[in-house]
Amino acid sequence: MTKSHSVVIVGGGHNGLICATYLAKAGHQVQVLEARDSVGGGASTQSFFDGYSTSGLAHVLYGLNAKVCKDLKLNIDDASFTQPANTISLQLDGEHLILGRDDVSASSLSTKDLEAYRAFKKEFRGYAKALQPLMMNTPPRLKDMDKKDKVTLAKLGWSLRFGLGTQSMREFLRVGGINIYDVLNEVFDSPALKGAIAVDAILGQHMGPRTPNTVLTYLQRLWGETQADQSIPVGGMGKVSIMLEKAAIEAGVAIRTGAKVAKILVENGRSQGVVLESGERVDANIVVSNADAKTTFIDMVGAPQLDAMFCHRVNSVRQNGDVAKLHFALDTLPNFTGLSEQQLTQRLIIAPDMRYVEHAFNHSKYGEFSDNPVLEMTIPSLNDASLAPAGHHVMSVSATFAPYHLKDGWQQQSRDAFVQRILETIEHYAPGFSTSLIKLELLTPVDIEDQYNIAGGHWHHGELSIDQSFMMRPVHGAAQYQTPIDGLYLCGAAAHPGGGITGVPGHNAAQRILAMGDI
Amino acid sequence: MKNYDAIIIGAGHNGLTNAAFLAKAGLDVVVLEKNDYIGGATASLELHQDWKYSNCSYVCSLFRPEIYQALDLGRHGLEVVPLQGSVTFKQNGDYLGSYHQPTVWRREVARHSKRDADAAIRFDADLMKWCRLIRGFLLRTPPDPASFKIRDAMEFAYLLKRFYSLSESQIYEFIRFFTMSIAEYLEQYFESDVILAHFSGGSIIGTGLGVYSPGTAYVLLHHAMGDVDGNVGSWGFARGGMGSVSAAIGSAFKSYGGEIRTNAEVQNIVVKGGKAKGVLLASGEQIYAKTVVSNLDAKRTFLSLMDAKDIPADLVKRAENFKIRGSSGKVNIALDGMPEFPALPKGSPLTLGHMHFTDTLERLERAYDDWKDDRWSQDPYVDMVIPTQYDPTMAPPGKHMMSVFVQYCPVEADGGWTDAKRDAFGAAVIDQIADYSPNFKDLILHAEIRTPRELEAEVGLTEGNIFQGELTLDQLMFNRPFPGYAQYRGPVKNMYMCSSSNHPGGGVMGAPGANSAREILLDLGKTDTTPEDFGDD
Repeated sequence: MTKSHSVVIVGGGHNGLICATYLAKAGHQVQVLEARDSVGGGASTQSFFDGYSTSGLAHVLYGLNAKVCKDLKLNIDDASFTQPANTISLQLDGEHLILGRDDVSASSLSTKDLEAYRAFKKEFRGYAKALQPLMMNTPPRLKDMDKKDKVTLAKLGWSLRFGLGTQSMREFLRVGGINIYDVLNEVFDSPALKGAIAVDAILGQHMGPRTPNTVLTYLQRLWGETQADQSIPVGGMGKVSIMLEKAAIEAGVAIRTGAKVAKILVENGRSQGVVLESGERVDANIVVSNADAKTTFIDMVGAPQLDAMFCHRVNSVRQNGDVAKLHFALDTLPNFTGLSEQQLTQRLIIAPDMRYVEHAFNHSKYGEFSDNPVLEMTIPSLNDASLAPAGHHVMSVSATFAPYHLKDGWQQQSRDAFVQRILETIEHYAPGFSTSLIKLELLTPVDIEDQYNIAGGHWHHGELSIDQSFMMRPVHGAAQYQTPIDGLYLCGAAAHPGGGITGVPGHNAAQRILAMGDI
Repeated sequence: MKNYDAIIIGAGHNGLTNAAFLAKAGLDVVVLEKNDYIGGATASLELHQDWKYSNCSYVCSLFRPEIYQALDLGRHGLEVVPLQGSVTFKQNGDYLGSYHQPTVWRREVARHSKRDADAAIRFDADLMKWCRLIRGFLLRTPPDPASFKIRDAMEFAYLLKRFYSLSESQIYEFIRFFTMSIAEYLEQYFESDVILAHFSGGSIIGTGLGVYSPGTAYVLLHHAMGDVDGNVGSWGFARGGMGSVSAAIGSAFKSYGGEIRTNAEVQNIVVKGGKAKGVLLASGEQIYAKTVVSNLDAKRTFLSLMDAKDIPADLVKRAENFKIRGSSGKVNIALDGMPEFPALPKGSPLTLGHMHFTDTLERLERAYDDWKDDRWSQDPYVDMVIPTQYDPTMAPPGKHMMSVFVQYCPVEADGGWTDAKRDAFGAAVIDQIADYSPNFKDLILHAEIRTPRELEAEVGLTEGNIFQGELTLDQLMFNRPFPGYAQYRGPVKNMYMCSSSNHPGGGVMGAPGANSAREILLDLGKTDTTPEDFGDD
C-alpha cells in the first residue's frame, strides 16, 4: 500500500518531533516514523525492571532551546516539569563542591577561586553567547555563499568583534581552539574545582581534559546555559518527549511508532519516500532523517546512490560512543557521605581532579574501560516517587570512559568487570551502596547502538570536534541540513550544532527546509 | 660611549638573521651572546675529543630558501646535503623503508599493505598541497584581527585570496587538517600500523601533544614544509653540523659590517620614559642603541629581561601563562664504528636517513601518556641520524657520530631531574636502540644526555622547549606569542622580538628573524632588505 505525505521524518527523537512540529505548523502534512514503541529516542523514560523506571539515556536537561520552547509553547520553568539542579562534585574528604550557574561554594575553596569562578563563567558564557548567530542558523558555506550565508557570517563577525569587544574577542580567538586543561590551570588553583569543570568539557566525547578542542565542547555546553538552567526532569527525560509529542500532535503531525525505516528511496538523485522493515512503502515529497550520518547515508540511502568521496567522508565520521549508562534499582536511598537528602536531588559527579579524568580517558584510547571512571549520577525517584516502589529508589548513572570498541569485546566478563569498577567507585563516596542494590542495567555504547538505533552509540551522533562541527557537521557536502540527495534532509544531532537535548538541529533544519520551498 | 643603531640580544640563528638584514640596510648593529659560541640551539660543539656534535637541532630543512639567497649563505660556506629517506623498524624484525623515488616507495609500502600503497600517493599529494599554501604565510607578518588599520585589513584580504584559490571542498579539508589529530587524519588514508606510525612521528616532535591530540596534523606540516634544493618536504644535513648554519649567517652579518660579542650576557633591557634605550650586561656594562631586539623566548624576554613596571600588567600575566613546556630530550653519541642493523639487507642505504623504532600509534601515544605524568618513557620515540656517513668532518676517520632526538622527555621528572635520573633516561634510549642493533652498546665511546634541564641551562631554552613556545592554536599566527603582540613589536617603543616565540615559530627557519627585521626597517623608514617569499613553486 502506498500513502503519500508531503514530509516523512525518519525517527521520532526530540529533534525529529521538533522539526515535524515546525513543518506541520507551516501547513505541511507530516508523518513521523519511529522504530521504537514510543517516541523520544535518547530522551525517554524506560522501565528497566518491574516497577522501576528512569531516563533511558539522557538524564540531565541543559539548554533546551529558549526559542524552541517559546515557539512550541513548552513551559519548562514549570516545577512539575523539571527541577533546577546544581552540580555537586563529590570529594573523598566530604568537602563537596557545589557548582551553580554563577557561583561555586565549598569550604575548601579560596576566595580567589570563588571569585575566579564567577568571572570565568561570565567570560566564557559571553563567548558562547557570541556564537548565537552561528548556532541558531544554517552554517554558512565558505565559498559560493548565498545571501543568507553572508548574513549569518556578518552577524557572527559583528557579534565577535562588537558583542565581545577587543579584549574578549582576542581572548576568545586565543582559547577557542585549545584544551580546557591549560585554560583551567591559568584561572584556578583548586584541583577539585578544575576537575569538576573539566567534566562538562569531556562528557559524551572521546576526549580528556588535555585534548585540544575541549574548550569548544565546553562552550557548546555553556551555550545551553544561556538558554535554560540545568535541571532534572520530573519523571525522567521522557517527560520532555511527551510534551513534544503533544505539541506535534496538536500541530497536526501524524506519528507512527514501531515503524522502523529500512531504506530511503532514491530515484534520479531525488528521495521519493521510505520503505519500512515490514516492506511497506511510504511516499513523500521530502524525507527528513533524525538518524545519525552513517545510518542515514550508508544504511538507508546506500553507497551506490552517493559519490565515493562523500561516502568515504561519512565512513570516516568519528561517532563511536565512550559513555555507558547504568540504571540501579535500590531498596533504600543511598547514603553519600556529607550529602543531605535535598542535595541528592542534584546532579552528582565523581571527578576529583583533572588528572583523575585524564587517566580515565587514557584507557579508552587503547580500547580499555577506565579503571577509575568519571561518573554523573542522578536519583530521579526523589523528584518523582512513582519511578520506584514506595521507599525504593532508582539511580541513573552516566559512566565514562567505556569505548564502543572494547579490546576484549563487551562480553559478559568485561561487563561484570566494568560494573564492578563502577560500584567500587561509588562505594568510596557512598559506603554500603552495593548492599542496597536490587537490580541493575548496563547499557554500553554497543547496547545504546542496538536499542536506540544510533550507529556507534554516541551521545551526540558524532564527536563535537572542530573538524566535525559547523559547516563540516556531520561532513561537508551535508552540513546545511541538505544532503547530496535532493529532497533528503538531516534534522538530528548529527547535524549542526550537535547533540544534547536542545532541539536546535530540529529547529534549524525546519527553517532550512521551509526556506528551500521544495516540499 | 658608542651608541649603536641596534642591539640584538642572543646570537641564535634568528638573532643573527635579524642582525644581518638590519646591517644589510646600513644599520650599525651589535649582537650580544652570553655563551662563548654563537648559534644558540643551532651550534656544533666539540664535547668529546675530535667529535663535533650538533648540540640541539640536528637536521636542516625548514630554513627559508629566500633567506639563504638574500644573505648569499652559499658563499658564506653553508652547504646542505640532502638526506636519503628514513626507516622504521618493526618489533617483528621487519622494517618499513622510505625512499624519495616514488615508485620504489610505493613498492615498499605495498609490501606492508597494498591498499596503503595507493593511499600513500594520494596522501603525499594532499600534504604537498597544504605545504604550498602554508609556506606562503611564513615570511609575512600576521595581521591583527582586532585592528582597524588598513595594513591589517589588506593582509587579511591577501590571506583570504590565497585561501580562496582552493575549491570549497579543499577549504573544508584544509580546516580539518589544521584541527585534527594526526592519527585520526591518517586513519582516513591508511590501515597498516607501521605506515601510520611512520607518518605520525613528525607530528609530535618537539610538541607536548600525542598522536591522538587534535592539532598534531598541523605539527606534521610544520616539519614537512621545508625543502632542500627545491624538494619540498625533504631534509638535509648541514655540512659540518648545524653550527655551519649559524656560522654562515654570522659571516654574512659581519660582511655587512656587523659586530658579534660573545661572553656578553644581557641582564636587562634599559627602559626610560616608555622607550627602550639599551641594555645592561651582567658585567655591569651598559650599551646603548636606538633599537633593542630580543632573540630570547617570550618568557625570558618579558619576565627576566624586562622590569614588570615597564610593561603592562596583562602582558606579565600573559608571559607567565605562555606555554613553553619542554617535551624532548637529546642523546649525542660518539661511536667507535658503524652500528649494525640486522633487520636491514646488507648495504642498505636506509641507515643514511632518519631511523625510528616505534611501529604503532599505540606505542607513540603511550609514550605521551608517560610525559603527561612527568615520566620519561621506557619505550620512547626516537628520531636517530648518523650524519658522519655523509660528513666525515664531524668525527675521526672510521668513527661515527650519532644524534638521537627523543620524544618525550618531561620538564620535571617526578619532582625534578637529578644526574642519576638523567642517566637512567639515557639508558632507556640506548636500550631502545640496542634492541635493534646488537653491537651498538659496544661501540659507544661517549654519550652526552640532554634533558630539558640541560637544554634550558646551556642554550637558554626555557623549560627546554625547542620551539620557544608550544605550537598550539592559542600560540600560532596572530596569537604568537600573545594576542596583540604578534607583529614583532614589544610593549615599549624601540623594542622588538625576533625569536621563535614569534610567528611562524620554531625550527631552524630564520623566518621570525627576517620578519622582525622587516618591521623594524619599516618603522625606521629604511629600505626593506628582507626577501619576499618565492610564492607558489
